Amino acid sequence: MLLTVNELSVSFGGVHALDLSHFELNDKELRVIIGPNGAGKSTFLDILCGKTKPDSGEVLYNDIPVLGKTEVEIANLGIGRKFQKPSVFPSLTVYDNLLLAFKMKKSIFASLFFKPTEEIDVRIRQVALKVGLERELKKIAGELSHGQKQWLEIAIVVLQDPKLMLIDEPAAGMSDEETEKTGELLLELSKHHGIIVIEHDMKFVEQIANDLVTVLVRGKLLVEGSFAQVRNDQRVIDSYLGRANVQLENF
Amino acid sequence: MEKTKDLRFYLAFLVLFAVLLPLGNLTGLVSNNTISLWGRYFCFAIAALGVDLIWGYTGILSMCQAFFFCLGGYSVAMHIVMKGASANGTGIPDFMVWNQVNSLPFFWVPFQSFGLALILGLLIPAAFAFVFGYFIFRSRIKGVYMAIITQALALAMWLLFLRNETMLGGTNGLTDFKSLLGLSLSSPAVKLGLYLISLAGLCGAYFLSKKLVDSKFGKVLQAIRDSESRTSYTAYRVLDYKLAIFIAGALLAAFAGMLYAPQTGIITPGRMDVRASVEMVMWVALGGRGKLKGAVLGALVVNFLYSICTSLFPDSWLFILGFLFVITVLYFDKGFLGMIEKISGGIGKRKSSIKEVAEQQVV
Repeated sequence: MLLTVNELSVSFGGVHALDLSHFELNDKELRVIIGPNGAGKSTFLDILCGKTKPDSGEVLYNDIPVLGKTEVEIANLGIGRKFQKPSVFPSLTVYDNLLLAFKMKKSIFASLFFKPTEEIDVRIRQVALKVGLERELKKIAGELSHGQKQWLEIAIVVLQDPKLMLIDEPAAGMSDEETEKTGELLLELSKHHGIIVIEHDMKFVEQIANDLVTVLVRGKLLVEGSFAQVRNDQRVIDSYLGRANVQLENF
Repeated sequence: MEKTKDLRFYLAFLVLFAVLLPLGNLTGLVSNNTISLWGRYFCFAIAALGVDLIWGYTGILSMCQAFFFCLGGYSVAMHIVMKGASANGTGIPDFMVWNQVNSLPFFWVPFQSFGLALILGLLIPAAFAFVFGYFIFRSRIKGVYMAIITQALALAMWLLFLRNETMLGGTNGLTDFKSLLGLSLSSPAVKLGLYLISLAGLCGAYFLSKKLVDSKFGKVLQAIRDSESRTSYTAYRVLDYKLAIFIAGALLAAFAGMLYAPQTGIITPGRMDVRASVEMVMWVALGGRGKLKGAVLGALVVNFLYSICTSLFPDSWLFILGFLFVITVLYFDKGFLGMIEKISGGIGKRKSSIKEVAEQQVV
């Protein structure tokens, strides 16, 4: 089991943002989490990567407890996070963005006396090719289009070589074509990494959900199953409709 | 292209300040006063490099750099005053005698040695920056709160240094510098020597800072400025990096202060008040934040303008500075350096387009 979560709960100002009794993820599994706004999806990822401290609960990553560790320690364990809003280094070049992400010693002295090697260069170009940024390496990251920034951030996470990738709405703000490419990319990545993806776009979810889909509603786990099961589950439809979200109904 | 432009820039700088001005001074065309002034500007430029590293590259707005500057300045000044006192035979600086202090305070003792004064002048600010920075950065204080808390530090230290009980000369500061290492500080040759040392110090500080920002370390600094959270999720311990650059900036400021004190002949708490720190930030903002050349340019140009303006129209300097600042913020967010690059870029483009037209006509 790559990730095991038990009785995880957090509340903000009295509101239960998350109250997750059990969650498990296998190695090299691609899991999609869906749910209406405010269901606690992003909060869940925030806890996993150390951004938010939960009130209680247990998170085991390869049987190592994760809670209480700092962001850097969690990143070093092999958990990488992609945020909903693209979070890259806008004033550095695409190449430098990727270079900083590359898995290596990251202490002050290691950075001061860092010498670029061919191995690093090859790997960076390889990942850039994978996300379709091979021609933009010299560009300043802030000048990329929104979709390209999303891909750049995915590439940053990939270069950290994590065992578990937490990906928050990768297709947000992308064109249909870009969305499909992103889906292919995630499917390919799931051959080597465990991945949790949060997504709203149902067409995109159908494309990537070969495995289980988890539905969160108001912080609780509603149902877990294949995409077909989840889509036809009356409770899921209700919870989406109850929030005036017709996305599932139209499907 | 960029490299040759940089080289030309350095060459022009060195020809002007390392050759023309000293030669002018030796032949009597440039006054001793001018040499001494520029020597002090170089010190300010070194401190500005520190501000640029901390603020321009890492995005931490530190408003206490003048305090670190003065820590360096005071340590050298204390040594000079001690030497003066032992030459008098009393062994106790004059201002203490006037305050009826009969024995030398313990913390003055190490400053009898020049070597120790130099070491302490760097060690004390570095230790201060370490302790202060550690607590600030650990509590994740940033942005405007960082500016406020560092200003508070500068203010507190200013008040402390103002007091006579602190045994550092109070409001009057330390003055009456006679000689350093047996060399008379009023002789023109020593003044020129200090000018050249300051110039060399500036070149050295620039070279080291350049190495720093061009290394991967420098890229991490910019990454912290761009997105601190992304930097820590990419497994960089942001605290270490911020602390390291804060200490480096403090060291640069202190080093500058050490060169500054013997050239000015006086160091008072007025050099370390909040305004002095804000001015340092303004040099960098006006020169061009996030570029080392900009920091040097800003410090030199603003201080040169200050000297000119205060002698031509003494009352209007603050208006001029304010006007410059507003214009820069509104129209030239990259400062003087950005302005120069824009203008030279425009000329370059026009030249090449003229060339193209000419070539087309030939065809």
